[in-house]
Amino acid sequence: MTVHAMPVRLRRGADTEPRPVPWQGMIWVTWRQHRGLLIGILAVFLAAVLAMLAVGMRIHQDYAALAACHPAASPACAGLGDYFNSTDWHEGNGIHAAVQVAPVLLAIFAGPPILAREFEDGTFRYAWTQGIGRVRWTVTRLVILGAVVAVAALALSLECTWFFDPFLRTQNMTAVSPAVFGARGVVYAAWTLTALCLGTFLGTLLRRLLPAMLVTLAAYLALAAVTWFYLRGHYPVHTFWPMQLFEGGWLLILSVLLAAGTIWLVRRQAALRALPEPPPSITSVGACR
Amino acid sequence: MTVLTLPAQPGQDAGHAVRPVPWRRMIWVTWAQHRAMLIGLTAVLGAVAIFLFAMGLYVHHNFSALMACRPQASPACQALNSSFNSTDWTIANTLDILMNLAPALIGAFTGAAVMARELETGTFRYAWTQGIGRVRWTIAKLVLLGVAIAILTWALSQVFTWFFAPFLQQQDTLTVLSATVFDTRGIAFAAWCLMSFTVGAFLGMLLRRVIAAMAATLGVYLGLAVVTWVCLRQDYPVALVTSNASLFNYAINRQSGAGGGSFPSTAPNNSPWVLSTWNVGRTVWWRYIPVSRFWPMQFIEGGWLLVLSVLLIAATVWLVRRRAA
Amino acid sequence: MNVIETGCLGKRYGKSWALLDCTLAVPEGGLAALVGPNGAGKSTLMNMAVGLTVPTEGTVTVLGGRHVGSPGALDDIAFMAQDAPVYKNLSVADMLHLTKNLNRRFDQSFARARLAELDIPLNKKSGKLSGGQQAQVALTIALARRPRLLILDEPLSALDPLARQDFMATVMTAMADDGMSVLLSSHALAELERVADYLIVLGGGRLRIAGDIGDLLAEHLMLSGPAAEADAHAARLEVVQDRRAAAQAHLLVRSAGRPVPPGWEAHSVSLEELVLAYLRAPGSKPAGARTEPAEVAP
Repeated sequence: MTVHAMPVRLRRGADTEPRPVPWQGMIWVTWRQHRGLLIGILAVFLAAVLAMLAVGMRIHQDYAALAACHPAASPACAGLGDYFNSTDWHEGNGIHAAVQVAPVLLAIFAGPPILAREFEDGTFRYAWTQGIGRVRWTVTRLVILGAVVAVAALALSLECTWFFDPFLRTQNMTAVSPAVFGARGVVYAAWTLTALCLGTFLGTLLRRLLPAMLVTLAAYLALAAVTWFYLRGHYPVHTFWPMQLFEGGWLLILSVLLAAGTIWLVRRQAALRALPEPPPSITSVGACR
Repeated sequence: MTVLTLPAQPGQDAGHAVRPVPWRRMIWVTWAQHRAMLIGLTAVLGAVAIFLFAMGLYVHHNFSALMACRPQASPACQALNSSFNSTDWTIANTLDILMNLAPALIGAFTGAAVMARELETGTFRYAWTQGIGRVRWTIAKLVLLGVAIAILTWALSQVFTWFFAPFLQQQDTLTVLSATVFDTRGIAFAAWCLMSFTVGAFLGMLLRRVIAAMAATLGVYLGLAVVTWVCLRQDYPVALVTSNASLFNYAINRQSGAGGGSFPSTAPNNSPWVLSTWNVGRTVWWRYIPVSRFWPMQFIEGGWLLVLSVLLIAATVWLVRRRAA
Repeated sequence: MNVIETGCLGKRYGKSWALLDCTLAVPEGGLAALVGPNGAGKSTLMNMAVGLTVPTEGTVTVLGGRHVGSPGALDDIAFMAQDAPVYKNLSVADMLHLTKNLNRRFDQSFARARLAELDIPLNKKSGKLSGGQQAQVALTIALARRPRLLILDEPLSALDPLARQDFMATVMTAMADDGMSVLLSSHALAELERVADYLIVLGGGRLRIAGDIGDLLAEHLMLSGPAAEADAHAARLEVVQDRRAAAQAHLLVRSAGRPVPPGWEAHSVSLEELVLAYLRAPGSKPAGARTEPAEVAP
């Protein structure tokens, strides 16, 4: 076996200045490391969009037929109403509920693996000794994944608003009804972002994948329950958009805090402390005690 | 120098088979290996049960106050009624949806984790080379864990059944046969959780990666649940056919509360589940399932879920064997 | 310049010290061999040098005083951890691309050429490679970063003898071409004996001896003589190991030019004898580190 000799090249001093680690490089890194997750999110997103489109068009048609039906008390119109209130409502409610469940799944499946996997597989020993440094590596991934997730969620909630509108009239609900409020406006995207940040933080804190997933599930459900049953009743504002902005606001702050917490945990390992004094260049026996 | 010979042991010769490792020991091994998971599962289900119990007390208290309120048309009673219809019903509906999704999560966290983790971390290299052999090790593990899960989830579903009872009187459209109610009670919930666990174990063995197996388990459960709700249950051999329209007169079947209005009725909704209707000449025929068929349906569903679980365990064991070659 | 300098460095896990009172100054430009039995603290020391572990006490700096984990340190130090972790679901080509995107300097052509010579397919998932191949991939991407300091934690344990030879040859070539310094740990000394310039011996979490190998071998002698005189001489000499057999005593001393006692024979010691002697030495006077320039005894 011959030994491959490294090609002769310029001595170190004659090298051109090394380029700064480009941020574009990190985009590729994030894509490659989370390809499965990003494709999964995209697939689920597209499936949800198409499902809501197909079912939503039918629901809107049925509702239009129902609204145009005269006289309202006739058997034919009552039949339409029955159908709309049972079959259409079940489908609509089901899809609506599924859309609300999506952030929970995201919290469990997307958040914890981002860092807990690295700890469990030992690959953090590779990742944290590369030139870019652990902080920038973590920040970039969080920002990219957070942006993707938030944008997808926003698009989904816009479609869901259109989808669910007919039921607001037939089911005697308003836009501030608990089940409806969280699936529209900016609040849905805010919850999705918070879910991702919560999962990531707990994954970094607990360092083990399955416990992190379980705790994330419990924590997210607890947060959602507290908001739903308690907090929303105590907001200083009570109309739709002010409430949306208020809730979106504090969720955004929470997400940022969780992300900052994640980065702080990642940094904590770093030996970036300042030296107390210059290291000794001559040592003697017993100098340490 | 003489050679010392050992006296021959009775019954011991070169062809005598080695005594197999007893199954009893597998129970201990399974416990030791999955202690954390079993304790965690018990803790989580226990916490949920306690929560359900507390909420149940609250809901039942509100409900009896509501039902005892007289006169029903008064503003005070109407306020109680609308509060029950909104707050309490929202809580119950949410928890009901979560209960319907719970088997998926249980299957993912227990089943997928159990098998896929072994393969991912490489600890199967230890487990599969022990004296008991990989097949019996797998069977013992899956059966023991499956039984534990079935028992724990059955207990949880009983707590939920008690919790949800008032709403069968409050809701016009829900009966025990309704899609989202039927599989949270009786033996159906435990059977779905067991099946979900075995799906998770099978997918974990097939895909060999924890996250992929968990996601796939959720997907399979969802698909199977939707198929059951939309098609399968309607084909259970318990349906009846009649032209007697009086069965479907809801005003007669539901005993509305004194004073009428939108108060909950005094008895659970017993209206039958209409599958289809058609006309023959001028007579209208209905194909329906009466509420009295609840338990036969439970046993049918529990039965095929159990069969499916056993098949999945067998398939998992087959995959485990196949990796030998 | 010293590539690694530590001062009274220590790391405690719970109640036990994985490393204690470690003071070192590893000079640049050579291959420093870090040897010691399992659990001696080699990995702990290396993890602290690359910033993966925070010291409990003491200080550590790299590449002439840079803070561990700082961008300057990360740029110029490449680390290959034990078990050569690679992303199992990424292909080898992806690992190259990944490393290129995470660093300022990456010699892509060298990496590809080396992997081609080793017959490692670029589009195979890293998890499907054998242990030895994974180690080769990890080394390749570390070398391709053209670091000033390469730190390798037990890299040879996963390799077969042929692969080990090739591995070391590649490392030596890179050192010669690039002026790279190397810190390599192993619990098998024999492989490193011929190539190492600097020796660090850890045992039981403590530094036993550290220094330039040529100097160490020159300073240590095995003295053999009558046991009766042994104690008298031992008091005046720095004795590392004292073996008595009937009437004969064998003293391994750090003589540094002091005269051999009359009537005694002096032999040079092999590196292995030296290392074993220090590892077996009871309790510990931690041996001081040699500095640059090496002190020359009068």
